[in-house]
Amino acid sequence: MSDSHIILEKVVYLRGQRCIFDEVSIEIPRGKIVAVMGPSGAGKTTLLKLIGGQIQPESGSVRVDGLEIPRLSRKQLFDVRKTMGMMFQSGALFSDLSVFENVAFPLRIHTNLPDDMIRDLVLLKLQSVGLRGARRLFPSELSGGMSRRVALARAIALDPEIIMYDEPFTGLDPIAMGVIVDLIKTLNSAYGTTSIIVSHDIPETAGIADIIYIISGGKVIGSGSPKELFEQDSPRVHQFIKGLPDGPVPFHYPADDYEEELMRVPDAERLF
Amino acid sequence: MLSRLRRIGQYSLVALATLGRAGHIWWQAIWRRPRLRNLPLLIRQIYQLGVLSVLIIAMSGFSIGAVLALQGYNQLVKYGSESALGLGVALVLVMEIGPVVSGLLFAGRAGSAVTAEIGLMKATEQLSSMEMMGVDPLQRIVAPRLWAGFIVMPILALMFSIIGIWGASLVGVDWLGVYEGAFWSAMQEGVDFRSHVLKGIIKSVVFGIVVTWIAVFQGYDTIPTSEGIAAATTRTVVYSAVAVLVLDFFLTLVMFNF
Amino acid sequence: MQIRSIEIIVGTFMLAGIVSLIVLAVQISGFNVGTETGTYSVYARFENISGLVIRSKVSIGGVMVGQVADIELDPDTYTALVRMEIDGDVDTISTDSTAAILTDGLLGGKYIGLILGAEEEYLTDGDVVLDTQSAIVLEELIGKFLLKQF
Repeated sequence: MSDSHIILEKVVYLRGQRCIFDEVSIEIPRGKIVAVMGPSGAGKTTLLKLIGGQIQPESGSVRVDGLEIPRLSRKQLFDVRKTMGMMFQSGALFSDLSVFENVAFPLRIHTNLPDDMIRDLVLLKLQSVGLRGARRLFPSELSGGMSRRVALARAIALDPEIIMYDEPFTGLDPIAMGVIVDLIKTLNSAYGTTSIIVSHDIPETAGIADIIYIISGGKVIGSGSPKELFEQDSPRVHQFIKGLPDGPVPFHYPADDYEEELMRVPDAERLF
Repeated sequence: MLSRLRRIGQYSLVALATLGRAGHIWWQAIWRRPRLRNLPLLIRQIYQLGVLSVLIIAMSGFSIGAVLALQGYNQLVKYGSESALGLGVALVLVMEIGPVVSGLLFAGRAGSAVTAEIGLMKATEQLSSMEMMGVDPLQRIVAPRLWAGFIVMPILALMFSIIGIWGASLVGVDWLGVYEGAFWSAMQEGVDFRSHVLKGIIKSVVFGIVVTWIAVFQGYDTIPTSEGIAAATTRTVVYSAVAVLVLDFFLTLVMFNF
Repeated sequence: MQIRSIEIIVGTFMLAGIVSLIVLAVQISGFNVGTETGTYSVYARFENISGLVIRSKVSIGGVMVGQVADIELDPDTYTALVRMEIDGDVDTISTDSTAAILTDGLLGGKYIGLILGAEEEYLTDGDVVLDTQSAIVLEELIGKFLLKQF
């Protein structure tokens, strides 16, 4: 791991009183697919926002290509972001623009290319996600899988060095899921982009990731290749990978003792 | 007692922080050099905020003008001075009702739409994704709307006044039979451009800025859920209405030398 | 094409705004953008101007020929010195004309009415109208009337 593209070192991030990250350190090597996994609410999306500089950590460092993200000026930050593409969970397509204009958006903003060149580039990107034919549709007319593919086309419009996927598999039917998995793999091998996947879908992620980090309770509880993780015997990792309902990560939200609560006088419960 | 004091302190801190965020957004959006390539965005917003409000402005202006003429005539005819009807209606419309009522209508029609639109953009991560693409949503989303409100509001208020006066003349002259010459000449003589019309325009400009500012901020600062957007939309209308009425009082106080 | 039509509509809207402004200025507030022939100043002293203000109209036979430009108290005589700006094309007001402060209707505003004299010399810039009638103050009238009654 000599060439690390993104390094997070002892990152602490608080949301209100709650500690989302407690000295989390993650290294993402160049050109690899790295997955960050963990139960819902473990702050996986927060991680992407930290890398994109949308939020600042309490302490610790976030470096992209050696640049200290939290210290950058607004302008420098916007320059760094041009090298990043991000695919949001909901697609986050601009609802007032057509599919074509959505993909063209970053090109129009950041380049001075003539219109016919932008057209060729957009069609190329749409072709690579298989939606060239849908370019005149509007986001409201797309299915979940399609809008995510358009979002992917938009994310790669500027040929970024880093692509971040926020829950790319959630809520998709098996076919759409297969399409997305394939796309991520192809994009990574074809362009050599560093890919970060944030997800809790184990089989799909494990199928394409080179390295997996598992975050839970604000800490990295396990990391390594998918194979290594499956063989690990740490009970927390074990529970997550195997998808067991109860274990070190409790099934129950913290509550009073069940039996005791049932026996309590009902009118003491001031619900209304 | 101590806890109450503490709560008051907390509320005022929250209020100050909110004001700070609102000011920050305004500053960031307005005091950046407007770019020529963003002109189509501005035109789109003028369409959204202005053109689409014309119908409601016209209808309300006509009704209010007509009502003013009816009521005014009833009072003035007692003193035999119904020839002052045109003057009275015109003054009231140009200085007060034109700017204020069109400000209120603008808040309800355009302000709420702006809040809901920006709130929805936030909820669907469109603002976030814009930021990740290296585009400042303050410049692309917020600034055109602020400028549009600034431009559109005085136009709407002027239209309101004129349609109102026209409505009043229909009722007063054509129906109630006020002598037409007196109606218009008393108006032309009594209404002064600089000390009445211009002050009304200044009011409407201020209302336009404040209402769009509130609307944009409420959308931008909303909690990105459906309840959050609903609450923010309501707040936009309520805050804008109160702001317009309170500001009207102070502007009148300052501009008309009391 | 769609963008085009929006541009046209918005343009129409802005144009309507400008037209509204012009209508308000000309039709409603009687903002005179017509021929400006210049004015000349004529002075008059009144004992009481009650309610006459700057920009009040000056008329001859009910036709507006100018407006009140300035009102100040003459410190020597304690009378009100009123400066009227008379339209330049009304240049045949004889020097023995009378200036009276009149009321527009029972409750209307005050204005100055000029009643022409017979002299063949005409007022020019800076001249003073010597014969004046002060405003009728409603309260004084009522007061006199009441005194007579009792």
